[in-house]
Amino acid sequence: MLIVSCPNCGITAEETEFHAHGEAHITRHTVGSSDDQMETYLFMRKNPKGVHFERWRHQNGCGKWFHMARDTMTLEVFGTYSAQTYNPPKDLLAEIDAKRPGWRDVS
Amino acid sequence: MSDPVSALKNATYVADIAEIKEVGPVGMITLRGDLASKPVQKACMTAAGLKIPQQRHCFTQDGNSIAWMSPDEVLIICAYDDVAAMLGKLNNALKGSHALAANVSDARAVFDVSGPSAREVMAKLAPVDLDPSQFTAGMFRRTRIAQVPAAFWMPQEDMFRVICFRSVAQYVFDVLGVAAQPGSEVGVFRR
Ligand SMILES: [Zn+2]
Repeated sequence: MLIVSCPNCGITAEETEFHAHGEAHITRHTVGSSDDQMETYLFMRKNPKGVHFERWRHQNGCGKWFHMARDTMTLEVFGTYSAQTYNPPKDLLAEIDAKRPGWRDVS
Repeated sequence: MSDPVSALKNATYVADIAEIKEVGPVGMITLRGDLASKPVQKACMTAAGLKIPQQRHCFTQDGNSIAWMSPDEVLIICAYDDVAAMLGKLNNALKGSHALAANVSDARAVFDVSGPSAREVMAKLAPVDLDPSQFTAGMFRRTRIAQVPAAFWMPQEDMFRVICFRSVAQYVFDVLGVAAQPGSEVGVFRR
């Protein structure tokens, strides 16, 4: 079970208070995009065993969205951060680099 | 005019470890906006005599309460009959501001869970650390109760006030009753 901290309200709770909403930092192609772009958005995911960046929502809490970096193999949560960003924070990436050397080569 | 009716007509479940009571109808106003902004703070003060509570806290004064719901939302809790007047004052004070106040009294149900094992009853149903050192009177928590969203706070020690959606009032009443069954105390918080 994941222990998650919401950056919007400061609550730390187990994952059943939250809900995952899929991979983060991808381009959500929409009206006007090509078939290839739509296919990439909908189906072409790397889904590596290990480091993932995801969108989450504090479903049964403050109701706000945020981002989370975690390891899908060990269930370690590296950290959570604001939903209002296109990229993970640098210090969080540095922490993941230190804990999972080489993760960038597979994701 | 028709009489307001609460979801479960003040149903009560009494066990020796805790008592569950549906209270109400209770007046509730949702206010969304920038909680740090002057107009929102002033509106709460003029309409309800309340200041914006600290993050995840509920502040009570002269019978009215205000609960921190999210970074841009508070819930004002008052007497059912006071809602219309209070809402009028709020909207008046918020004129021209990017904020929204709405009467949600009839969309919710409210329960009191009290008694020596009240903490345990709540802890069986919500993924919240309810140790007396972690959750104290005045704190406010939005979470789930069994399978539905809910919020609660402790107006005083050994008493919880629980808010849920009206549509799940019977479910919450039943599940609280199961958690308060005679002989089901665990004694985990016993001091
Ligand atoms: Zn939250």
